[in-house]
Amino acid sequence: MKKKNNLPSLIEKKTESEYANVKGIIFDIKRYAIHDGPGIRSTVFFKGCPLRCWWCHNPEGLRPEIEKILIEPGDKSGQQYRIIGEEKTVKSVMDEITGEVLFFDESGGGVTFSGGEPLMQPDFLKALLFFCQKSGIHTAVDTSGYAPYDIIESIIDMVDLFLYDLKFLDPELHAKYTGMDNRLIISNLKKLDGRAKKIIIRFPIIPEITGSKKNVEQISQFIASLHHTRDIDLLPYHQFAQKKYQRLNIINRMKAIPEPLPPQLLEEIKHHFESRGFRVNHGESNE
Amino acid sequence: MNKRIESLRQQSLESSPSLSAERAELLTDFYRNGKIDHFSIPIQRAMAFNYILKHKQICINEGELIVGERGPAPKATPTYPEICIHSDKELDILHSREKIPFQVDFKTRKIYKENIIPFWKGRSIREKIFSEMDEAWKSAYHAGVFTEFQEQRAPGHTVLGKKIYKKGFNDLKEEIGACIENLDFEDDLLAFDKREELRAMGISADALIRFAKRHASELLRLSGMETDRLRKKELEQMSEICNRVPAEAPRSFWEALQYYWFVHVGVITELNPWDSFNPGRLDQHLYPFYLEDTKKGVLTRERARELLQAFWVKFNNHPAPPKVGVTARESNTYTDFCLINLGGLTWDGSDAVNELTYLILDVVQEMRILQPSSMIQVSKKNPDLLIKRALEIIKTGFGQPSIFNTDAIIQELVRQGKSVQDARNGGASGCVESGAFGHEAYILTGYFNLPKVLEITLNNGIDPRSGEKVGIETGNPESFAIFNDLFAAFKRQLSYFIDVKIKGNRIIERLYSKYMPVPFLSLLIDDCIEKGCDYNAGGARYNTLYIQGVGLGSVTDSLASLKYNVFDRKRVTLKEMLKALKKNFEGCKKLRHWLIHETPKYGNDDDYADDIMKSIFEAYYQFVDGRPTTKNGHFRINLLPTTVHVYFGSVINALPDGRKAGEPLSEGISPVQGADLKGPPGVMKSAGKIDHIRTGGTLLNMKFTPQLLSDEKGIGKLIRLIRSYFRMDGHHVQFNVVTAATLKAAQKNPGKYRNLIIRVAGYSDYFVDLSTELQAEIIKRTEHRDF
Repeated sequence: MKKKNNLPSLIEKKTESEYANVKGIIFDIKRYAIHDGPGIRSTVFFKGCPLRCWWCHNPEGLRPEIEKILIEPGDKSGQQYRIIGEEKTVKSVMDEITGEVLFFDESGGGVTFSGGEPLMQPDFLKALLFFCQKSGIHTAVDTSGYAPYDIIESIIDMVDLFLYDLKFLDPELHAKYTGMDNRLIISNLKKLDGRAKKIIIRFPIIPEITGSKKNVEQISQFIASLHHTRDIDLLPYHQFAQKKYQRLNIINRMKAIPEPLPPQLLEEIKHHFESRGFRVNHGESNE
Repeated sequence: MNKRIESLRQQSLESSPSLSAERAELLTDFYRNGKIDHFSIPIQRAMAFNYILKHKQICINEGELIVGERGPAPKATPTYPEICIHSDKELDILHSREKIPFQVDFKTRKIYKENIIPFWKGRSIREKIFSEMDEAWKSAYHAGVFTEFQEQRAPGHTVLGKKIYKKGFNDLKEEIGACIENLDFEDDLLAFDKREELRAMGISADALIRFAKRHASELLRLSGMETDRLRKKELEQMSEICNRVPAEAPRSFWEALQYYWFVHVGVITELNPWDSFNPGRLDQHLYPFYLEDTKKGVLTRERARELLQAFWVKFNNHPAPPKVGVTARESNTYTDFCLINLGGLTWDGSDAVNELTYLILDVVQEMRILQPSSMIQVSKKNPDLLIKRALEIIKTGFGQPSIFNTDAIIQELVRQGKSVQDARNGGASGCVESGAFGHEAYILTGYFNLPKVLEITLNNGIDPRSGEKVGIETGNPESFAIFNDLFAAFKRQLSYFIDVKIKGNRIIERLYSKYMPVPFLSLLIDDCIEKGCDYNAGGARYNTLYIQGVGLGSVTDSLASLKYNVFDRKRVTLKEMLKALKKNFEGCKKLRHWLIHETPKYGNDDDYADDIMKSIFEAYYQFVDGRPTTKNGHFRINLLPTTVHVYFGSVINALPDGRKAGEPLSEGISPVQGADLKGPPGVMKSAGKIDHIRTGGTLLNMKFTPQLLSDEKGIGKLIRLIRSYFRMDGHHVQFNVVTAATLKAAQKNPGKYRNLIIRVAGYSDYFVDLSTELQAEIIKRTEHRDF
């Protein structure tokens, strides 16, 4: 896998050893991630996210700073705690990633940068992508798309696959359930699609919220209007993260939504997209 | 499965293991009353074998298609007093123990008490072994530094090759005749011994032929009484088969299966070899018959399936002979380790997977019984479909079939000096042991407790549990200035105990060679006939003795902890560490937290720990591999535990990795339970740093949640994970697909989970039959999940 070495500005200005020392905050590296793109992958979870989706599975990735959480929610003694997030250099992350290359090679896998929102730590992300590219490691970026387009543009040549989250077409609903307007997300996706990048849309199915007939119809119409993007991962909602919300002391607004997802809803939506010619996978979200 | 198989299977599942006095009584009669004094030992043994087969009850179960039972009924299990006498007290223990009991009724106990025990007392191999071992051996054995496989069971660990599918016993007798004819009493000083051995083989061959013919007569008698027309015809046909095999070479699929089965019963009646006996590459051996029969139209796929299923039941009817004492603790199971090999390569290196491979996998899945065990051999040349089919069965949660790397096995065997063809015809047996099937005696001699050696090193040769000196003085540990001093002391201690073990093995090898030949087994393994030499005396083409290292994860983590916490980080002095171990970490909460959570561990692709593992491996390998045995063979190593990691853990106090006194050790080459935090790739990367090719087998167990295999995608990625491990020369991997929650529920409510089967280490067993400690150990193993 040889790519044109079109490095972003930050990288060009520094020596290799300097950008090996770029630091970022991550909260986990998961091996044998099998739902975050092709093959066997390692997923690096960046800390910090601009959105506040009600159903977020990784609430520990929301705040950008390192935080201390109680293992037992409401533990007054405060004795049993865990530190969430760790500042790491690019080199130390790469050391962990390159250990897995044999599994990537064997399975057609690679690294997925997820979070949180990886685009919120652009220098760190770029440096990591640079080294992955140099080592011939397949890269995927799992993003909400909520970032200035020039950041996306600066990494585009080093990314093999974008996992692009799409929740609502309606800006108001988007704002209500994620805390942010979606116009930037939509316009970024159009531009990215225009660059003919390999993109898989990730659509979380939250009954009565994103799973409404109207929203599904709007999403599918929008994807149909794109030129290159035809892949969709459906991510069924589940409540594995409930306890995390308590530990993090974040309000969980999803309590009322029952799980598991009704299978017929998943099937209906799957059918909806398939009948419009999309390639549908129903995966799992990367937690 | 059809009604017949269902009822045969049910009968097998429902019969509870019992102790049968039949064999012991016949053997005692023979030696007490026979006029045998002027016969050589091989001839005596062959005559005893013949006497047993001539007089033992013929058992034909209703609806059976394959006949022959070792005892008078399914799961009626004989004893072997010439090897090991069960005392009256031991019979009581066998009868009443909670796990792995054997019913011993009053009458049987009386027979043993009055007839068998008095006659054999002072004559058994077990007594000979213990009286021959020196003090160094005995104190190491009693401290739990190693175990000895041959103290209750005969050397076995061998697998049949292709021989019986081409030759009948009459052909073998002709070969024997020719070999006797060609003996050169002028130049060959061993000619007489050879003739005695060859004659003994001839007597044994006749004994099995006659045993089969007794079945033929009984089947004919039954057919005379049978009213069901179809069954009547079937019984007649079976009678014909038993008249034909093993005397002549098999002509059909059915004859081939029946032939093997008679041979199997013969081997496990002659003596009680470890790992019973094993047809090995069953899909390869049977395939020509399957092709031929289906072409001729005398066999359908369904009939082949039924015959295989009937064959499966026969294995399950034969539990491992009762074990007591340390042997029961190191291998506490009814499983007798017959491991059916599927797939792999043919002798010329081509992909061996065929239609029958998949049919047999269907049988494994449908039968879902403990015995026989099954495995797939996976070469880079085999299709992914083979692994996929195996995973579909594994995900139903009974730990079969296990998955082996053929390319690694072949390299291992070739490195040991086997021809490449013999290596390709081989595979793995028992738990994970590599062997050249049909040509090799590869005998496991006992488990070796690596962490115990460290404990003794840390106490300068003293076993802290007894206060007795069991090792050598390797220096006061507090005097060690650098880690290498400590490691050098560990190596010296290790070298000492291996010498003790090897000396014992050589004596035991001679005892079996001189006093306990196996002329019947010798008929079956090349080149015993050609050499005129018994299997137990070095007749096989290749002769290997294994010492099985145990607790690699525990000893690695303990040494890594000493290096890290004492010498590098200087968190504690060695004196303080030893004090904490002595106190079993009482009042050392903080220290223990460091040891468990903030110290490098094997199983995480962390070179700090893994380099130490490699040094331990290297030392163990150097001290054992290549040393000569008394049968012109070599000592080799492998790394597997069966259930001994629980026993070995019970004889060790607290260890520097944070493990408390008495807790089980790590099993196989798996990391310490719960120490692996970097997912399956982390475990495999660490395990991949072992040089598997220089072993004769390693055992890696992993626990996966069912979700990971819930869909095609999950299975597809697991196939790639397995292939990745095999690219690193990994020898074997097996998965438990079950959640800890299920296992905990089964502990609480065993009645409801009677059928829950779990992978232990190299074999599967009913979860509720495991000791409480082993149950807890399995629950503690890391559960790999994706989300």
